[in-house]
Amino acid sequence: MIEAEDVTRSYELDGVTVAALRGVSLNIRQGDYVAIIGPSGSGKSTLMHLLGALDRPTTGRLLIDGKDVTALSAPEMAKLRNETIGFVFQSFHLLPRTSAVDNVALPLVYRGLGARDRRRHAAATLERVGLGHRLGHRPNQMSGGEQQRVAIARALVTSPKVLLADEPTGNLDSATGVAVLDLLERLNTDDNVALVLVTHDRDVAARAHRQIAMRDGVIVQ
Amino acid sequence: MRLAEAWRVALDALRANRMRSGLTMLGMVIGVAAVVVLVALGTGTKETVEAQVEGLGSNLLIVVPGQVNFSSAPTLSRMDNSDLEAMVKVVGDRDRITASLTSGENVRAGSNTAFTTVNGVMESTPKVFLRDLGTGIYLSRTDVDTGRRVAVLGSLVAQRLFGERDAVGQQVTIAGVRFRVVGVFAPLGQSLGVDRDNEVHIPITTAQRLFGTGRVDAFAVKAPDRETIDQLGDQMLAELRRRHPDTEFSAVTQEQILGVLGDILGILTTVLAAIAGISLLVGGVGVSNIMLVSVRERTREIGLRKAVGARPRDIGLQFLLEAVLLTSVGGLAGMGLGVAASLLTAALTPVPATITWWSMALAFGVSAGVGIIFGVVPAQRAGRLDPVVALRTD
Repeated sequence: MIEAEDVTRSYELDGVTVAALRGVSLNIRQGDYVAIIGPSGSGKSTLMHLLGALDRPTTGRLLIDGKDVTALSAPEMAKLRNETIGFVFQSFHLLPRTSAVDNVALPLVYRGLGARDRRRHAAATLERVGLGHRLGHRPNQMSGGEQQRVAIARALVTSPKVLLADEPTGNLDSATGVAVLDLLERLNTDDNVALVLVTHDRDVAARAHRQIAMRDGVIVQ
Repeated sequence: MRLAEAWRVALDALRANRMRSGLTMLGMVIGVAAVVVLVALGTGTKETVEAQVEGLGSNLLIVVPGQVNFSSAPTLSRMDNSDLEAMVKVVGDRDRITASLTSGENVRAGSNTAFTTVNGVMESTPKVFLRDLGTGIYLSRTDVDTGRRVAVLGSLVAQRLFGERDAVGQQVTIAGVRFRVVGVFAPLGQSLGVDRDNEVHIPITTAQRLFGTGRVDAFAVKAPDRETIDQLGDQMLAELRRRHPDTEFSAVTQEQILGVLGDILGILTTVLAAIAGISLLVGGVGVSNIMLVSVRERTREIGLRKAVGARPRDIGLQFLLEAVLLTSVGGLAGMGLGVAASLLTAALTPVPATITWWSMALAFGVSAGVGIIFGVVPAQRAGRLDPVVALRTD
């Protein structure tokens, strides 16, 4: 699904080159459940951006769903994200003043789906994450756990091959966090979608089938 | 992304910031309204002036000594009654030509005095110019041939001298000489800034005797049709130049007068519209500014949309449409306001207003265009945002 081979990523910051990733190789296959763990500044967010086709590696080879990311244009990367990746963010990133069902339907807008089909898909997906009764609610009318479940439904609505979750429980209390993780794991099992968790929480990481520990831009374990 | 969807998103974004959208639109509203109003007033004035020129009569030709332009003084006429006879011969029909000798004089009746334009004319005048009588009769050929002291008063003169009383049959004194009033013109109003109700017509022969001159100031001819005007003018000029070898003469048609006036008023309208256009430009800069703020505010939204599959052009289109929506809705409101203000001005002041479809189309087109032009930069900026950076922004 995702193959990274000796991938590096460096930034220019005020004329100084900062190496965020110094050569990372990893494979993520269909149905995997992987946790990327490490302290802040270890490069785990940079790695997640690369795995999600939000960014291109400086050097190295990165294949996502068989496509070489370094060779893709911005619109092609957008299409790849839309079709292959589902993102779940720590701060949910829901559109304000927009109902749950419209938030979930957003990725389908960029697929060119008609409004009726979008809503039908979005409503069905919200049903799956247990929010069938909250279709018309706006983010500010829902709890943190509910908002994160809306975000998960949004990631799921396109039937992606990989779910990338960046600190998905970071803004939630522990009970709600566990419920969100349960939901993600159920999707991983039921849909055979690869689940990649980025976290600095060892308890969260421990639930994954495979752990990738990072430090100073390299994989240490 | 479908266009309809992009419109909906843009509309939602504007609704979310009603106050700001409204104030930004206000700039466009005022700009477009200013263009519509000023063009309406300019066009209205032009049409009124043209109607006044055309209201003099159709297929008119005025022949005067000298050149008709603003930079040289009027030429003192050396034409007399023998020239008049020659011109009647050229025209071939005494009913189609009139001559004039004009002087500003005091006209008195009892204790009332009015200073008016006294026109010595021929009996054919009402057949050359459009001029309706209110009461009485016009001058007759016998009046002209025998130099009778009879007068036809403009409605304003009659009203000043006799009030509501019928002036026909009454005596008036013009330049100290007594005249009998035979008729009163119907009110006509202003023409090119001249109050045409403030004049008195007397036979040209009488005027020559009254003013102690044999002069004829000008000729006016009504050509049988449009095609013969120029030919007739040339013939008259040739004859006059033959009779007065060293004198300049000019023949002026209504079309020439209309052309000159139309040009001047057209330029005036264009200048007014251009000045109003500047306010449109200022409104456009405001739109650009607000769109840049909007892009910055919604950086996270842009990042998210990109993460879920929006291409740079999807994002760009969204912001561009937002700008166009701002300006075109503002433009529509401005058109409404402009039309209302034009109609109100026309109703409450003597300034005429004519609303033209082209000024509306232009104003709307320009406002939508301003949205595109001033929306492009913010839209490009939004489209090119790096999703990684955009998502990180708090």
